[in-house]
Amino acid sequence: MNRIDKKFYELKSKKKPAFIPFLTAGDPDLKTTKALILEFEKRGADIIELGIPFSDPIADGPTIQASYYRALVKGVKVAQILDMVSELRKESVIPIVSMVSYSTVYKMGCLNFIEKAIKAGLDGLTIPDLPVEENNEVFELAKNRDFKIVFFVAPTTTDMRMALITEKSQGFLYYISVVGITGVRDKLPDDVMQNINKLKSITNTPIAVGFGVSTPEHARMIGKVADGVIVGSAIINEIEKYSGESTRKLIKYVGELVGKLITGAKG
Amino acid sequence: MGTTVLKSSVSEKGNVEVTSLPDKTGHFGRFGGKFVPETIMPALDQLEKAYLEAKNDPNFIDELEYYLREYVGRPSTLYYAERLTKKLNGAKIYLKREDLNHTGAHKINNTIGQILLAIRMGKKRIIAETGAGQHGVATATAAAMFGIECNVYMGEEDMRRQSLNVFRMKLLGTKVIPVTSGSKTLKDATNEAFRDWMASVIHTHYILGSIVGPHPYPVMVRDFQTVIGKEVKKQILEKENRLPDYLIACVGGGSNSMGLFHPFIGDKEVKMIGVEAGGIGPEIGQHASTLTSGKVGILHGSASYVLQDDDGQTLPVHSISAGLDYPGVGPEHSYLKDIGRAQYFSITDDEAVNAFQECARLEGIIPALEAAHAIAYTMKFAPTLSKEKIIVICLSGSGDKDSFEVARKLGYKF
Repeated sequence: MNRIDKKFYELKSKKKPAFIPFLTAGDPDLKTTKALILEFEKRGADIIELGIPFSDPIADGPTIQASYYRALVKGVKVAQILDMVSELRKESVIPIVSMVSYSTVYKMGCLNFIEKAIKAGLDGLTIPDLPVEENNEVFELAKNRDFKIVFFVAPTTTDMRMALITEKSQGFLYYISVVGITGVRDKLPDDVMQNINKLKSITNTPIAVGFGVSTPEHARMIGKVADGVIVGSAIINEIEKYSGESTRKLIKYVGELVGKLITGAKG
Repeated sequence: MGTTVLKSSVSEKGNVEVTSLPDKTGHFGRFGGKFVPETIMPALDQLEKAYLEAKNDPNFIDELEYYLREYVGRPSTLYYAERLTKKLNGAKIYLKREDLNHTGAHKINNTIGQILLAIRMGKKRIIAETGAGQHGVATATAAAMFGIECNVYMGEEDMRRQSLNVFRMKLLGTKVIPVTSGSKTLKDATNEAFRDWMASVIHTHYILGSIVGPHPYPVMVRDFQTVIGKEVKKQILEKENRLPDYLIACVGGGSNSMGLFHPFIGDKEVKMIGVEAGGIGPEIGQHASTLTSGKVGILHGSASYVLQDDDGQTLPVHSISAGLDYPGVGPEHSYLKDIGRAQYFSITDDEAVNAFQECARLEGIIPALEAAHAIAYTMKFAPTLSKEKIIVICLSGSGDKDSFEVARKLGYKF
């Protein structure tokens, strides 16, 4: 059984949502990324969303763009990220989903990319610039290998598209809470609860919610209705804030924030 | 002569294989498609539907023709460049004068078309990206004329190179938003426009300026630009009683060249040559020759030739011409390259600047640096042809905007 399915199965019996922190591979460096993942796991994170840096991410706000840029400037390569995941797998069984641009997957070759990802120990992918219509090759390759391709649903998604997407999404479904890009926001949109409930009425696939989920209070609100809570930019901001400090300090402070978010989500 | 727009996208001797593309899903063979976040997928579906309806609606076609004729000043002339022809002592050279359009470039053919569509869709706000500023000015102009709010994203580096166009956009009531991410040029301005659209998609239409991006942009922008080639076909038949032997145009994203080429695709005897920016050399970061030295990849929503590294990260590009300074190219050009229907070459900054000066001195026309690339290639190519041969160059825009940049390059002090 894929680690993602197993995790949601366990959480369902405990009636708790999954907490899914996002971080960029290689920001500030891959050694720290690995240490942060272990710290998040220790503090009770359920699934990791690991961002593979991309030069032109159109769905991402300034925080994640800047984080990708810092990693790329240091010369981080996909092969090194996968090596880091392989190393991590010696100590950790936490499910990991990588967020990666289709530019990267396409360039490396779909089959080649998926095989390398599986070999390294990734459990699935979210590909934000690969809509359901264009996805058949990746989808089939992944499905045959029990590797999860997590699809996105947005507030603008029509009912017809929603049916198509929910049918295909594997592992979980990523609900984009806002019409917009990633980033810290003060307030969740008014229609988010209603939209999650609508989605729940048409699919049994677990639903995780991200984009704009920024505080323990947001996490608590989302955690009450969704199966998973995804926080990205708020964590990246914290990583950046302590980037100049020692690795030990950075991990402690970022870990504390993630701890608070987990407490919020699981309330 | 009236303007001929949209009515037939297939030439009389139509080669269905090529001219029926893209297919229903927006692919030109292995190129094209829609590679964008889910949030904007419904907007692309809406746009596609609105465009397909509009292009078959006689009222829309009439309205578009009206503005192209009365406001843009079409048809633009097809001018016999007599002194250039004599100097090169080879093929006979005609210039399609897109520089004579209102705002001084071909870009307005597309922005008028798209703003009429935006109004049809009930959108209240317009956004656009711009490199050289020509598309930004053309968008700002259309937005001013129709009284619609307009924001244009422009890289900081391009704002420096094209400060005159920045001022023109401001005069036209458009807000110009500086882009400071990445290379601070056209690629990054395009990213920012997409990000704006991610958040504003319900009320905003994004007027993409070239035949790049996700479906339906490549086909829609092409169709709006084919007015260039359709006019050329009529004009050259009137003047020469036959079709030209060669069509030559510069290729950044590729909209002026595809606008010229497409109506001739079925006419096998007409050869097509696209000219890319060779910059200052063949190394990474020195040029923007996507078709001549790129590989197939995904950028800004479609599969096409692109300048990327092995991880799919976009590589830095350079051209003296801000309008060609882009690491991608329209998917239809990639398709034409693969099937051998068009050929692509590159021209360096220095060659383009030389052609810029030659054209000014010989013809009294200061061409845009983009178009100077097409002229520079012709200056090498025309002398190898006999005097019976005919070349049509798309003079895509005026070089007024480039005067400062060229003066700087030539060391001229004001």
